[in-house]
Amino acid sequence: MKAFTVLEGLAAPLDRANVDTDAIIPKQFLKSIKRSGFGPNLFDEWRYLDQGEPGQDCAARPRNPDFVLNKSRYQGAQILLTRDNFGCGSSREHAPWALEDFGIRCLIGPSFADIFFNNCFKNGVLPIVLPAEQVDELFRQCEAEEGYRLRVDLQAQKVIRPDGVEIGFEVDAFRKECLLNGWDDIGLTLLHADEIRAFEAKRRAEHPYYFS
Amino acid sequence: MKPQTLYEKLWTSHLVRQQDDGTALIYIDRHLVHEVTSPQAFEGLKLAGRKPWRVSSIVATADHNTPTDHWEQGIQDPVSRTQVETLDANIRESGALAYFPFKDLRQGIVHVIGPENGATLPGMTVVCGDSHTSTHGALGCLAHGIGTSEVEHVLATQCLLQKKSRTMLIRVDGDLPAGVTAKDIVLAIIGKIGTAGGTGYALEFGGSAIRALSMEGRMTVCNMAIEAGARAGMVAVDETTIEYLRGKPFAPTGEAWDMAVSYWRTLHSDEGAEFDKVVELDASQIEPQVTWGTSPEMVTTINGRVPDPATISDPIKREGLERALKYMGLAPNTPITEIPVDQVFIGSCTNSRIEDLREAAKVAKGRSKANSVKRVLVVPGSGLVKRQAEEEGLHEIFIAAGFEWREPGCSMCLAMNADRLEAGEHCASTSNRNFEGRQGAGGRTHLVSPAMAAAAAVTGHFTDVRKLV
Repeated sequence: MKAFTVLEGLAAPLDRANVDTDAIIPKQFLKSIKRSGFGPNLFDEWRYLDQGEPGQDCAARPRNPDFVLNKSRYQGAQILLTRDNFGCGSSREHAPWALEDFGIRCLIGPSFADIFFNNCFKNGVLPIVLPAEQVDELFRQCEAEEGYRLRVDLQAQKVIRPDGVEIGFEVDAFRKECLLNGWDDIGLTLLHADEIRAFEAKRRAEHPYYFS
Repeated sequence: MKPQTLYEKLWTSHLVRQQDDGTALIYIDRHLVHEVTSPQAFEGLKLAGRKPWRVSSIVATADHNTPTDHWEQGIQDPVSRTQVETLDANIRESGALAYFPFKDLRQGIVHVIGPENGATLPGMTVVCGDSHTSTHGALGCLAHGIGTSEVEHVLATQCLLQKKSRTMLIRVDGDLPAGVTAKDIVLAIIGKIGTAGGTGYALEFGGSAIRALSMEGRMTVCNMAIEAGARAGMVAVDETTIEYLRGKPFAPTGEAWDMAVSYWRTLHSDEGAEFDKVVELDASQIEPQVTWGTSPEMVTTINGRVPDPATISDPIKREGLERALKYMGLAPNTPITEIPVDQVFIGSCTNSRIEDLREAAKVAKGRSKANSVKRVLVVPGSGLVKRQAEEEGLHEIFIAAGFEWREPGCSMCLAMNADRLEAGEHCASTSNRNFEGRQGAGGRTHLVSPAMAAAAAVTGHFTDVRKLV
């Protein structure tokens, strides 16, 4: 996993609530057996005017000029401002894979769906929860000012606005460590293999019917 | 000892270790695997030179991509076929407790085959790379969906990294009126608490109306816990649970059965156990539900109307509502009963079990698909459900009514196979998500119960099923 330390990047505002994972990456692209290459199909039904199918040359497809990520001022965005319950719906990890492949490394919103939130951390994408008023202000500033860039410092747990205002955020200590170091959590868990084996042996003895 | 909730009991009994920040390692008893979210996990495992920790925990099937007709022709879509063949190869190499491949008699939707084979048992932790894994909580287990990285983590370590959830009791007391089903209960719950209402919580469904439900009904309710934002939903073990499991292929037998049952009877929240939140519904007040928008919380009763954005003051909510109505092609204040239906889908991990098919057949019997309805798909949840339905003659009722009787699979719930809506079509669907494009680009999904779907099929628009039965 790519480490996440400090990100200074262009922000883009996706101003709608309950953005589901079907919208982030529609199902026809889930047929891939790879982890990469989903970026061109991120938000496929909103980004393009035709119907997307796997294997198309997306550069040649007609784009929806009204969709925020198609606007020239947001090209190269690495930070996505989101609304409530972003990432709801399916558990598909293709959603953070598509965001990451597109270039989004950080999401800032008032709330995220559980499974999606968790999946982001496994893929070097940092989802930040801030109070709704703070998010509203970021949306206002981002829409008002072309080239609006934020600085996200994970170590310090701060989002720094262009006007210098620093906004603190919460993050789990363990997830933070993993993200800062780009650690593979399977490797970390296997450091406790003996404990897992001991637990398993005890459970097998107490509840043999779960092991047949 | 302090009274415990069911969730606390399940959590504590699987806790391997806990770090200072609360991150815990939870032992996983059952790992359900399907073709869409597993290939990258098996590949990751291989690249790291790791082996699955305990293959006897794995039960696998192909369900999302498989066609529901012309099985003799195999899987026509080459991309879908590759994904299913990748699962075949991965399971062949790793091994599993059971694999039900494409065309196997016991193949079916992963959340149908687990319980019906007794591969999901009370007291287990169950995971699957699919958000509707919450279904299995109906059997009194801790079950939730995980991402592909977590699938790999469970394959490699038999554990999941988790933080303890808060607990919410959703108590539904009273008698359900005739014609009102488990699906209506859960849609009413989502309408009340919203699609993010359960975020961060493990839900327990209780109360007399839940206890009165069959296992199939309880699975329908738990299935949609994720639609309320909760990763896990569960129902306490009772005699209904135990009788359901008796004699199932992977359920214990003899002394092991007795031993298991005496443990399972402890799997309920203790008297006086405290929940972080309690939500109450009166079952006698629940009416047949129909969604009108693009999120499951956009729901009303069959006698309701499409809401009017002009009455909403919050600008984000109003814009969301306007966007949803535009997508759905609906005018404000339209009576739900005046929405015409182009297609009907009876199936999915929410509503494709035998009881669901019986409910739909009851309405379809002696009636015919309305001429204005282009297609009615009935897709059983598994080969075993299909066989039982055919033994009961349900398929003949459907066929006589002009419905299509298909092979099992996820089908038009998410339209990864050939079953899908055309842009602009309205569908009465027994599935779980009415998101934009879910059933096909531009398709317009209305979530309903199987009985209500059948009622829409025979009348051509949403109809109060209580007038038909």
